[in-house]
Amino acid sequence: MTIAKSRTLIPQKTRRAITAIVVSVILWEIGSRSLSWLGVAIPGISAVPPPSAVANAFLGVVVEKSYWYSWYLSTLRVLGGFLVAMLLGIPLGIMLAINRTFNGIVFPVFEVLRPIPPLAWVPLAIIFWPTQGLSIGFVTFLGAFFTIVINVLDGARSIDGRFYSAAQSMGASRWQVFRRVILPATIPSITVGAVVGMGITWEVVVAAEMISGSGSSMGRAGGGLGFFIWSSYLGGSYEQIIVGMISIGVAGYLCSSAVRMLSEASTPWLKRR
Amino acid sequence: MKPNQFEKSGSTELASPIVGGEIVAQDVSKSYEVDGEQRLVIHGCSLTVERGKLTVMIGPSGCGKSTLIRLLAGFEKPSSGAVLVNGKEVRRPNGDCLVVFQETALFDWMTTRDNVFFGPRVRGTFDKAMLNKANALLAYVGLEQFQGKYPTQLSGGMQRRAELARAMINNPDVMVLDEPFRGLDAMTKKLMQEYYARIFAETRRTTLFITTDIDEAIFLADRILIMTNMPMRVRASINVTLPRPRRLIDVFDSDAGNAIKMQALTILHEEAMKSFSQGSAAATDFMNAYSMRVDRTQSAGNR
Repeated sequence: MTIAKSRTLIPQKTRRAITAIVVSVILWEIGSRSLSWLGVAIPGISAVPPPSAVANAFLGVVVEKSYWYSWYLSTLRVLGGFLVAMLLGIPLGIMLAINRTFNGIVFPVFEVLRPIPPLAWVPLAIIFWPTQGLSIGFVTFLGAFFTIVINVLDGARSIDGRFYSAAQSMGASRWQVFRRVILPATIPSITVGAVVGMGITWEVVVAAEMISGSGSSMGRAGGGLGFFIWSSYLGGSYEQIIVGMISIGVAGYLCSSAVRMLSEASTPWLKRR
Repeated sequence: MKPNQFEKSGSTELASPIVGGEIVAQDVSKSYEVDGEQRLVIHGCSLTVERGKLTVMIGPSGCGKSTLIRLLAGFEKPSSGAVLVNGKEVRRPNGDCLVVFQETALFDWMTTRDNVFFGPRVRGTFDKAMLNKANALLAYVGLEQFQGKYPTQLSGGMQRRAELARAMINNPDVMVLDEPFRGLDAMTKKLMQEYYARIFAETRRTTLFITTDIDEAIFLADRILIMTNMPMRVRASINVTLPRPRRLIDVFDSDAGNAIKMQALTILHEEAMKSFSQGSAAATDFMNAYSMRVDRTQSAGNR
């Protein structure tokens, strides 16, 4: 079995993924050109630019610095918001879980703020923060923050009581219990919150850039990927809209993969055997 | 896993007898408020876990044994009465009395090795000597090869041995084992019982061993405490004077062993009838234990 497997250059999983993507692109191309090729316009898809045109548009923007500047800006906003959300969210979640008084005071406020969609904060964020970048970063932060706090809170609260008893009876101080039991036992929940939170930050950053964004000194294409899509729409370049969308898909995928890899590295005891 | 392994590793400290402590519970009661009503879990319970002896406590599940353990180890305070370890009243958990919990309380996120190191580490007493002791202990419980593994990668029997090692490194005066072999398959359970009996024989550390299994109780015990159903107290105390080292086969081939079993089961049956008439679910446990006696007597009669 192993010998047979090692003979194929590309693993089966990758082959399947590549096949699926290629077939999707072909179907898309056929769908987009259905009117001229088949004589019938397939509703919806026939209005979408075909992948060949999108590829062409991509070759056009890929050489532009402003396109990559948009990547940079969006990624910066996502990572900035995400990291701040982790830095504030993890301690807050743990505090809410272990301190009853703190929970009694803070949790009601938290629960009122939590259902407010991050995008509802956009107008306030623009008023509140001095620069556009900070406003968008703040909204991005909110997207990840609540998810992370809720996950950490649940994780820290569901730590088995036997772990505390065992640690205490072996002479662990409160700080030691925190450092060696609560914190590591919460890591799996932190990683779940991080993976979900990372997904949300990309959703939020794009919408926030569409609502409040503007081009940078690099021009209209350099205002973040969300703004890139929006300005392409306003400029009537439908191929570029798709380029922007796929760019976000790829960027989100890369970020989520990175978070997932870090998660797995930080929870070696959950490794699947 | 051989008994003489310590001599080989140059550390005789582990296998040499340990002067253990003593637990005394004086007229201990504990009640909890459940739905606005006071519920008495333990009532007027007095007992002694003698120095250097293996005392086995047996009673139906849900009778309050685990609550009593929490009191003995200082996790909770009794509503009235007192718990003394070595003559000192227990007020909070301390290293004197260590509990090995039901199922497993190994820290999932630490390797076996780090689990065993936990006690010395958190107390800041981890040094070269302790490292040697830890390594010797890991070898003693047969986990030398598995010290880098996480608890979920160990078998049930290995987990229990890791947990014993984690407790033993702290050199507690008293160890409390709360149904430590519950949930193991029959074969592993028997192996662990024999294995544990040998550890005890070598160290003779004062131990309170909790179980619901009468055979396990007789095999291990110097003394068996039979507990009543809730509210719990000591119903009877039986001395088990079978010579050590014991073997599982010997215990139940000997008249002395069977006499003790009959005696214990008779008392357990009385408790069963009492709790049965009160409609307690725990009665089933007693009845099951009792039916074992009936089966054995019948099969003996048929022979």
